[in-house]
Amino acid sequence: MATPREKLMAEAQKRILISDGAFGTEIQNWKLSEADYAGDLGLSHEQKGNNDILALTKPEVPEAITRAYLEAGSDIVETNTFSANRISQADYGAEHLVREINIASAQLARKACDEFESRDGRPRFVAGAIGPTNKTLSLSPDVNDPGYREIDFDYLKDVYREQVDALVEGGADFILIETVFDTLNAKAGIMAVLEAEQALGRDLPIQLSMTLTDLSGRNLSGHTVEAFWHAVRHAKPLTIGLNCSFGAEQLKPHVKSLSAICDTLIMVYPNAGLPNELGEYDEAPETTAKLVGEWAKNGQVNVLGGCCGSTPAHIKAMADAVKGIDPRAIPETPRVTRLAGLEPMTMAA
Amino acid sequence: MTQSSSNFVNIGERTNVTGSARFKKLIMNGDYTAAIEVARSQVENGAQVIDVNMDEGLLDSKAAMETFLKLIAAEPDIARVPIMVDSSKWEVIEAGLKCVSGKPIVNSISMKEGEAPFLESARKCMAYGAAVVVMAFDEQGQADTEDRKVEICERAYKLLTDIGFPPEDIIFDPNVFAVATGIEEHNNYGVDFIEAVKRIRKSCPHVHFSGGLSNLSFSFRGNEPVRRAMHSVFLYHAIPAGLDMAIVNAGQLDIYDDIDAKLRDAVEDVILNRDPEAGERLVELAESYRDSDPVAEKKAAEWRGWAVEKRLEHALVKGIDAHVIDDTEELRQAVAERGGRPIEVIEGPLMDGMNVVGDLFGSGKMFLPQVVKSARVMKKAVAHLFPYIEAEKDENSRGKGKIVLATVKGDVHDIGKNIVGVVLQCNGFDVVDLGVMVPWSKILETAREEDADMVGLSGLITPSLDEMVTVAEEMQEAGMTMPLLIGGATTSKVHTALKIAPAYTGPTVHVLDASRAVGVATNLVSDSQRDPYVAKIAEEYEAVREARANKGQSKLVSIEEARANGFTIDPALKPPAPKKPGLHIYPDWDLADLRDYIDWTPFFRSWELAGTYPAILEDDVVGESATSLFNDAQKMLDTIIAEKWLTAKGVAALWPCHRDGDDVVIHHYHVEDHVSKDGASFGQHSDDIPDLDRTNERSIRMPFLRQQINKREGRANMCLADFITEEPDWIGGFAVTAGHGIDEHSKRFREAHDDYSDILLKALADRLAEAFAERMHLHVRRDLWGYAQGEQLTNEALIKEEYRGIRPAPGYPACPDHSEKPMLFEMLGATEHTGITLTESFAMLPTAAVSGFYFGHPQASYFGVARVGEDQVEDYARRRNVSLEQAKRWLRPNLD
Repeated sequence: MATPREKLMAEAQKRILISDGAFGTEIQNWKLSEADYAGDLGLSHEQKGNNDILALTKPEVPEAITRAYLEAGSDIVETNTFSANRISQADYGAEHLVREINIASAQLARKACDEFESRDGRPRFVAGAIGPTNKTLSLSPDVNDPGYREIDFDYLKDVYREQVDALVEGGADFILIETVFDTLNAKAGIMAVLEAEQALGRDLPIQLSMTLTDLSGRNLSGHTVEAFWHAVRHAKPLTIGLNCSFGAEQLKPHVKSLSAICDTLIMVYPNAGLPNELGEYDEAPETTAKLVGEWAKNGQVNVLGGCCGSTPAHIKAMADAVKGIDPRAIPETPRVTRLAGLEPMTMAA
Repeated sequence: MTQSSSNFVNIGERTNVTGSARFKKLIMNGDYTAAIEVARSQVENGAQVIDVNMDEGLLDSKAAMETFLKLIAAEPDIARVPIMVDSSKWEVIEAGLKCVSGKPIVNSISMKEGEAPFLESARKCMAYGAAVVVMAFDEQGQADTEDRKVEICERAYKLLTDIGFPPEDIIFDPNVFAVATGIEEHNNYGVDFIEAVKRIRKSCPHVHFSGGLSNLSFSFRGNEPVRRAMHSVFLYHAIPAGLDMAIVNAGQLDIYDDIDAKLRDAVEDVILNRDPEAGERLVELAESYRDSDPVAEKKAAEWRGWAVEKRLEHALVKGIDAHVIDDTEELRQAVAERGGRPIEVIEGPLMDGMNVVGDLFGSGKMFLPQVVKSARVMKKAVAHLFPYIEAEKDENSRGKGKIVLATVKGDVHDIGKNIVGVVLQCNGFDVVDLGVMVPWSKILETAREEDADMVGLSGLITPSLDEMVTVAEEMQEAGMTMPLLIGGATTSKVHTALKIAPAYTGPTVHVLDASRAVGVATNLVSDSQRDPYVAKIAEEYEAVREARANKGQSKLVSIEEARANGFTIDPALKPPAPKKPGLHIYPDWDLADLRDYIDWTPFFRSWELAGTYPAILEDDVVGESATSLFNDAQKMLDTIIAEKWLTAKGVAALWPCHRDGDDVVIHHYHVEDHVSKDGASFGQHSDDIPDLDRTNERSIRMPFLRQQINKREGRANMCLADFITEEPDWIGGFAVTAGHGIDEHSKRFREAHDDYSDILLKALADRLAEAFAERMHLHVRRDLWGYAQGEQLTNEALIKEEYRGIRPAPGYPACPDHSEKPMLFEMLGATEHTGITLTESFAMLPTAAVSGFYFGHPQASYFGVARVGEDQVEDYARRRNVSLEQAKRWLRPNLD
C-alpha cells in the first residue's frame, strides 16, 4: 500500500491540490458561549476563545467546519490544533489536556476525510497542525537583555513532541509546522518530528509554512524566504511555503522566489486580503481566487488554501479557479552547498 | 585576496578564544558588548562566515557559546552570515546548534574516537540542519602525509554518504601543518596538503576543503611580513587545487604580485618543497624582513617615479600631503601648456582619487582618519589651484549638491559635524558650515540665500533635540521643502521619527554616523533615487511611530512606591569628614601630568574606529588606521604640552550637606572661607566646621531624580540622594576644562585647510578634559577628602572605575537634568575660577570641559534614571519651584 507521502505526491502530479481555510473565522459564526467552550471539563480558567478545546467540549463545531471545507473541495484538511500545545494551553489552564485535544481533533478530521474519500474515491489527507506557540527561541522579550530567552530548544522540542505523538495517534497523515515566525522554533519542531519518526519506525512527512512579518520578505526572526529554505531543507519537507502574513497580493514576489528554488511541493495559504479598519477580512472569495489563480497559471504552486478570514466559499472559489490548470513541476535544482544566516549563502559543490 | 575566486569563502577567525588573545580577554572578562563588536567588524570587513570558538579551560565554554550566539542573534548585521560553531567538545557544539537558526557549519567532527561516535555526531548535524567540517583524523591520529589524508577523507566520505549525509555539506580539513621547522619530515607538509586536496576532490564529489592557515607559518611567529607572504603564496597554490574555504584574516594577506620577488621565491621554494635547503634559506632571509612591510616599501619607493596624474591620485588615496603642492603645480602647468583649464586638474586626477577614497570608505575598506587625511590633501591642492580658477571666473560650476550644516543654538559641540562636513566635501558636495550655536533664523536665512539642497543639524546634548524640533517647525512655517538631515550623539531614528519628522513636511532623515552621510545626501540629490528613498524613509518612520504607539510601554511605578523601594546605604560606611573641606582652585594644572590619565578608547570612537585601546592598535581591521592616528595624536600632544597650547583650569569643592527626601541640601556657605589654591592646607581641621544650620536660606537644595521603572525583586529604584544620609554628611562638586587657548590653533589649522589637525586637536582637548576630571577625582579621594589615602590604581583600573565613590555629571544618566549645572556652577564659582561659561541650553564653553558632583559613600554607584512619570515631574517642578511646563522641557528626554 502506498504511504501517505507517496499518495500525496501521486495526486500532486495530476492537479493543483486544495487545502482548507480558517477555523477561527468559522467558529465565530457559531456565537459560542463560555459554557459551550468549557463543557464539563471543570477547568479553573475561562475557556472562551480556546478554539482547540472544542474538540473535547463541542466536537460538532470543528467537525462541521471540516466537513464544510471538504464539501467545498479540500484535498487536505488541517486539524484544529494550532494552539493545542502545552505552552499555549497553559494560558487556559488546560495544559494537561494537550494529548486529548490533539487525538480528538485528529480523529474527527480523519473520520470526515475517510468518509469523503470512500464516497468519491479521491484521496483526502489530514495535516496535523502545529502552531509556533507564543514563545520565541531567537528573540529576547526583554529589550534590555538581548541574551535572555523565555524557553530553550529542548523544552520547545518536548512540547512539540507531545503534540506530534498525539496527532499521529489520532490519525494525522502529515505534521504541518505552520505560521513559522521564528525559524529556530521550526527547527525545534523538525527535531521533534524526526525523533517521533525514529520512535514510530516509519516515515512521518513534514510540511513547513513560514509567515512573513514585513513586506521585504522576512519572518520575525529575520530570515528571508531563501534563508528559511536553506535552514529547513534537511527536514526533506513534503511541502514548503507561506501562510498568513498578508493577503495573496503581497505574497506574490515571495511565492515566486520560493517556487524557483525549492525542489519539493509548494503550498501557499494566504489571508483573505488585509484586515480593514475594523480588523475584519473582507476580501471577496472571487478576488482571492483570482489572485491565487495567477500563481497557478504561472506554474508556481502545488497546494493552495486560505488562512485568516477565508471561508468555505473562498476554498470553493479557489478550487474552481485552478481546475484544469497544470500543477507546478518540481524543478531540478543544482547540487550546491546551502548555508544561511538571516540571509542565504550558496557555494558551488 | 590572493586570487580572485568567487568560490573562495573567507571565514572570520577573530571570534575565537584560541586564536585571538583580545577576544579571549573580552570573553573572560564577560565583556560581551565588546565581543559582539569583534564579530560585527569581521562581517563588515567581508567575512562570509564567522567562526565562534569558546574552548578555554578556565571558561564555561558551553555557557559562553550559548550567550554569545544568543546575543549575535539580536544583531541583524552580524546574524546575516552563517555561523561556524567551533569546538573540540561535542557538547559545546550541540549547545551552540540549539541557539543558531539558519544553517550553520559544525567545526569539527572526526574519527578520532572511532566510527560510532563519528556517525552519531554526523546524524545529529543532519537533524539540526548543519554542514560539517571533518578533520582528517582517525583512531591512529592526525593525517600528516598525502596518502594518510586521502585515505582518511575517503573513508569518512563513504561512511557519511552511506547514512545519507549530503556530500555537499561535507567540508574536509586535511590539516595544514607548519613547514620550515628545521625538521626534515616537515618539509613536504605544504605539498602533502595541496596534493591531497587534488586527489580527494576527484574521489569525493561535491565536498569542500578548508584549512587554518596560521599553522603553516608557525615557525615564523613574530615575523608578520614573512607569515603574510607564506599564507598568500600557499593560497595561491592551494586554491586552484581545490581549497575553497579558509579560516583566515583577509586583512593580513598580501597580493601575490606585490610580494617582494626575492621573498616570494624563497617562500615558494619552502611551500612547494623545491629543495632541501629551502627552509634554511627562508629562515636566513626572513630576518631582513622582520618589522618591515615589503609590500608597502616597494610601493613607497616606486610612486614618486610615476606620471604626475597617478602621483596625485596616489597621494590622495594614501593621504600623503608632502608633495601635493608641487605635483598640483606641475600638472596645472602641463594642462595649461596643452591649452587646458586649471579646473581640469580637479575634475581629473583629484576627483578620481577622491572617488577611490569614497568607494573604499563606503565599502568599509578605509576608515575615517584616512579619509580626513585624504581630504587634507585635496583641500591643499584645491587651495593652490583656487587663484588660477578664480582668474578664469568659471561661474555655473556646482558640485553634486549644497548642504548647510549647523550645530543648533545652545550647543557648542562640533567634532562630529566637522567630520560629516569633510566627508561630504570629499564626495563632491558643497558644504556651508555655519559653525556652532546657530539660531534657527540664521539657518533658514542661509539655506535660502545659498539655495541649499538640504540642511543638516547637529547636536550633542539633550536640549539640542528640542532645538532641532524648533528648527523643523520654523522651516515648515517658512514653507521650505528641502530635506532636513539630523545627526549627533543624542539624536536617534526614534526621536527623529517621533518628534522632528512630524513637525516638517519636507523629507526628514536621521543620519546615524558620518559614514552614512554620503549615502543619504547622494540619494536626496539624485533625480531617480530621491522619491523612492524619501518614501522609504517616510514609511520606516511611520512604522517607528506605529510601533511606538502600539507598544504600550512598560508601566512605571508611582513615585511613592519608587521612594519606598529606594536604595538603603549602610550608614556605618559613611565616608569621614574631608581632610580639606571647602573650595580648591587650580588655575593651571600640569598638562604633562594629565596625559597619563587619558582614556584613549573614546578618542578612537570619536573617529568612528571601533575597539578598545590598546588592543585596537593591533586590530586586524582598523589596527593600521588606529596606529597611524595614535602616532599623530602623540606627536600633537607633545607639541600641545611643550608649547603650552592649552591651559587646564579646574575647581573642586567639598561641602557639608544632608539629605531631605530626594533632595540634597548643600550648606556650601559653611565652608566659604575655606578657599585654597592648588589644594593647599588651611591649617584648620574639618572639626572646625560648625554644626549644620539646616534652615539657613543660603543653603542650596539640589533635587535629584529617582528611577521609576518597575524593578525586579531585590533591585532598588535608585536616586543619587540615596547615597547621602539625613544626618550631617558630605558632598562634592567640580568643574574642569582643558580647552582654554584652543581657538587660536583651531583657527590656524582651518585656515591651512587642515581639518585633520583641527579635529585631532579638538578630540585631544576633550580627552585632556576627561583625563583632568579623572585626575581631579583621584586627588579628591586621596588628598582633599582623603578617604582613600592609600589608593594605588593603574590608569586601566581608573578607567574601569575600580575606585570608591562616583562623580556623576548633570545631563548624564544618573542626574539627567542639564539645568542643574547653573546651581552647581554657582556654588563652585566655576565661571570665575575656571572661565567655563554655560550657554542657554547649559552646554559648557570651552567644550573640552567636565563638571559634576562627588559622592564618597562606598555603595554609591552609577545608574540611569531613564523614564520618569508625570507624578515625579510634578513633584520635581514643585521642588525646583518652576512651572510644570518648564520642568517638562528640562526633562523631556526622560518623558514617554
